[in-house]
Amino acid sequence: MTKVSMTVNGKAVSGDVEGRTLLVQFLREGLGLTGTHVGCDTSQCGACVVHVNGESVKACTIFALGCEGAEVRTIEGMANADGSLGVIQAAFQEHHGLQCGFCTPGMVMSAADLLSRNQNPTERDVREWLEGNICRCTGYHNIVKSIMAAAATLRGEQVAAE
Amino acid sequence: MPKDHGIGASSKRREDVRFLTGKGQYTDDINRPGQAFCYFLRSNVAHGTITSLDVSAARDAKGVVGVFTSKDLEGLGGIPCGWEVTDKDGAPMKEPKHPILAEGKVRHVGDPIVAIIADSLAAGRDAAELVELEIDELPAVVDMREAIKGGTVLHDVAPDNICYDWEFVAENKAAVDEAIRNAHHVTTLELVNNRLVPNAMEPRAAVGEYDAGRDEYTLWTTSQNPHVIRLLMGAFVLSIPEHKLRVVAPDVGGGFGSKIYHYAEEAFITWVSKRVGRPVKWNADRSEAFMSDAHGRDHVTKVELAMDQEGNFLALRSSTLANMGAYLSTFAPCIPTWLHGTLLAGNYKTPLIFTNVKAVFTNTVPVDAYRGAGRPEATYQLERTIDKAAREMGIDPVELRRRNFVKPDQYPYQTPVAVIYDTGNYDATLDKALELADVRGFAERKADSAARGKLRGLGIANYIEACGIAPSSLVGALGARAGLYEAATVRVNPTGNVSVFTGSHSHGQGHETTFAQVVADMLGCEEANVDIVHGDTSRIPFGMGTYGSRSLAVGGSAIVKSVEKIITKAKKIAAHLLEASEADITFANGQFTVAGTDKAIDWGSVALTAYVPHKYPIDDVEPGLEETSFYDPANFTYPAGTYVCEVEVDPDTGVVEVQSFVAADDFGNVVNPMIVEGQVHGGLAQGIGQAILEGCSYDENGQLLSASYMDYAMPRAADLPMFVVDHSCNTPCTHNPLGVKGCGEAGAIGSPPAIVNAVIDALSAHGVTHIDMPLTPRRVWEAIRAARN
Ligand code: FES
Ligand code: FES
Repeated sequence: MTKVSMTVNGKAVSGDVEGRTLLVQFLREGLGLTGTHVGCDTSQCGACVVHVNGESVKACTIFALGCEGAEVRTIEGMANADGSLGVIQAAFQEHHGLQCGFCTPGMVMSAADLLSRNQNPTERDVREWLEGNICRCTGYHNIVKSIMAAAATLRGEQVAAE
Repeated sequence: MPKDHGIGASSKRREDVRFLTGKGQYTDDINRPGQAFCYFLRSNVAHGTITSLDVSAARDAKGVVGVFTSKDLEGLGGIPCGWEVTDKDGAPMKEPKHPILAEGKVRHVGDPIVAIIADSLAAGRDAAELVELEIDELPAVVDMREAIKGGTVLHDVAPDNICYDWEFVAENKAAVDEAIRNAHHVTTLELVNNRLVPNAMEPRAAVGEYDAGRDEYTLWTTSQNPHVIRLLMGAFVLSIPEHKLRVVAPDVGGGFGSKIYHYAEEAFITWVSKRVGRPVKWNADRSEAFMSDAHGRDHVTKVELAMDQEGNFLALRSSTLANMGAYLSTFAPCIPTWLHGTLLAGNYKTPLIFTNVKAVFTNTVPVDAYRGAGRPEATYQLERTIDKAAREMGIDPVELRRRNFVKPDQYPYQTPVAVIYDTGNYDATLDKALELADVRGFAERKADSAARGKLRGLGIANYIEACGIAPSSLVGALGARAGLYEAATVRVNPTGNVSVFTGSHSHGQGHETTFAQVVADMLGCEEANVDIVHGDTSRIPFGMGTYGSRSLAVGGSAIVKSVEKIITKAKKIAAHLLEASEADITFANGQFTVAGTDKAIDWGSVALTAYVPHKYPIDDVEPGLEETSFYDPANFTYPAGTYVCEVEVDPDTGVVEVQSFVAADDFGNVVNPMIVEGQVHGGLAQGIGQAILEGCSYDENGQLLSASYMDYAMPRAADLPMFVVDHSCNTPCTHNPLGVKGCGEAGAIGSPPAIVNAVIDALSAHGVTHIDMPLTPRRVWEAIRAARN
């Protein structure tokens, strides 16, 4: 066991992990942050996406020890300070961008990274960006809509609801 | 002006908040103090005899709590099947034992053999390496056409690997044969309905806990129907009485059918938690899910459609081989029979129909219902065959369909395949879909594609499905071992807010929102004052769960029944408070009024009086405001619609791109349009996935080749277009109180034939008449090449 320390959602945390412990295991089992999900074992589904030092990363593909000293953000850290839904989260609710909710944390985290890189994505851009996020429920239609709407809100535009 | 409240409003989903903030509680999020972990060692061969099995080294390994094989499970039952189908000669189907852990033989890759309980999953996995297991490999049979020859036999009870040989409608056989013999034209098509893996994004999981002090078990499990699991597992497998067994299906990350069934793993986890005296958790990884979740579809069918000179359908004959896999899953036998044969009339007035279905055991994962279940297979046959017939007869495919539609003045319509359609209007959805798809502009778009070297095709499919399973008297006669009622308790609490306990289960469908809309509408209160409780046998009286698009039609109707009883009782209490006669009390907008006066009392006062009254007429009206109802539907519901799509095929690479997709559905009344449209989107993605991407594949030795997301092509965002979805042409269901029909499966039923018809339309100039799904670039490219040569 080795001690690992990092900042998760703004809080300093540490724990003892094995060399083989994945970041997603550390978050879920070590810290009880079960919002980050595991949907596959081949790094394809994206249910586990979190941010490490500001970029989206599949938490099932990196070791906890590899995140020593890192800034990690998970779905639990995406709401506004007053607890209300952040812009992307709110857009997902407004546009019905989730059904069972299992892929949702990864979708939101992935979308946040896209929108920090590209403030004005086209529908194609959004669809291509989601290459690594699988949803079995929504057919992506409303996920794409939610992300486009969140982008518009972040640019300061008004978008009509569904 | 769209409604902003109650029935008909696109109320935003309340469940979203917890899912969007990471506060959902899925089974794998549940951790019990002192919990151990289970790892299943599974067969890596498709068929074989276990010649030696020594687990002693694993037992002694570090961190191991216990190691179990079938020998340790003596006295426990096998995993039961819930539906019996009768052979054409009257004999019951062959029903081999489905053991929890393999007994002497393994029959598919993924068959569990040893279960290891350890302090950590890693320790369990490590210990599995120490199990000494020898399997004498037997030849495997994967192809159903080979299996029925009986060379390799899975189960002694079925020497030809046939589970049943079923005929429907048997009395029609001779007349159908004769009509086909004498017809002006017969269109014949052989097709494969490809095997799919449901792939809910949340893998199956279970946590079992035994409370020795109370002799009580709790199982948290990824289920669409916790009461059914309690019933089957308690009574048939573990012999645990229901009052000592609580089954909880908390937040569940999608099901699509795969989480209906009772699985060996959850039974084992429940049993072993007592045996090891610790809570035990099992969570499937994705590869394990691929080789242990029930698969879907997998039919091989030959269809013949007889027509007169004008293209009027005279008779339909089909024969199908349906894969059961290695064992019978819970509902498996009914899918290719009663959920398939009864839908072969489709939207058409074909007077004579006969089908023969042979269900076949093979060395593959068990096959059961997957979104649509039987109805996609029926629809695919019909709509592909009709398209081919139209080409052969030189009749426009739209016109041929229209000519044969059951017409709006023909309801109730008795089909020749047992079911009676209560209502519908197929011309309306057809017209709507053609309009929304701008079919008139197709020629121009086709020319534009051609200018870019692409082949453009237009595809149309109609569908009808039977939902709201099921009228208990009907399904009882058809072999269901249980009636499929739904139950609901509605409790008005003393301060007037409402708790609804429903036997339906939500795993993405948004029941917590939709059901609250219904109740709020009936009671004239805020939706926020209504809470929907589901998924826990200790809180809900009973339930048959969610599948077959039954939740609103059956579960919702049970809720309506209970709310009606509540209102009746509340009126009595209001009459007492208002000192009026009960007959004079009217209830509207949450107020009780004495007719013709201005005397009124609000809901809250009545609710409070129901619980903590003074001077109450207790002999006449029982205090409390809680009612339970069971709803048994009078008939199935029959959602129907038309799907129109356009594809572009690259003849050089065989790549198919879906350019547009229009769905015009008749779901009857709609409670929450936003949620209904979302259900259609999801169904379409799965259907389009089936048509062009997804195919579960085994090699001839029974090795599962597609066991991860690297080999099994799940639809990604970039594979799909934005959908155009319409539900304005609706004919309300005539026999349930909400007039609703169900919308969960439609998208997956109507879309595969629409896509394949479009691709064949694009390729017809090249002489291609059929390609089996999935229409991968390779298959399409090869078909073009073959037709050219
Ligand atoms: S769990 Fe599937 S990509 Fe990480
Ligand atoms: S909402 Fe269920 S997997 Fe995306």
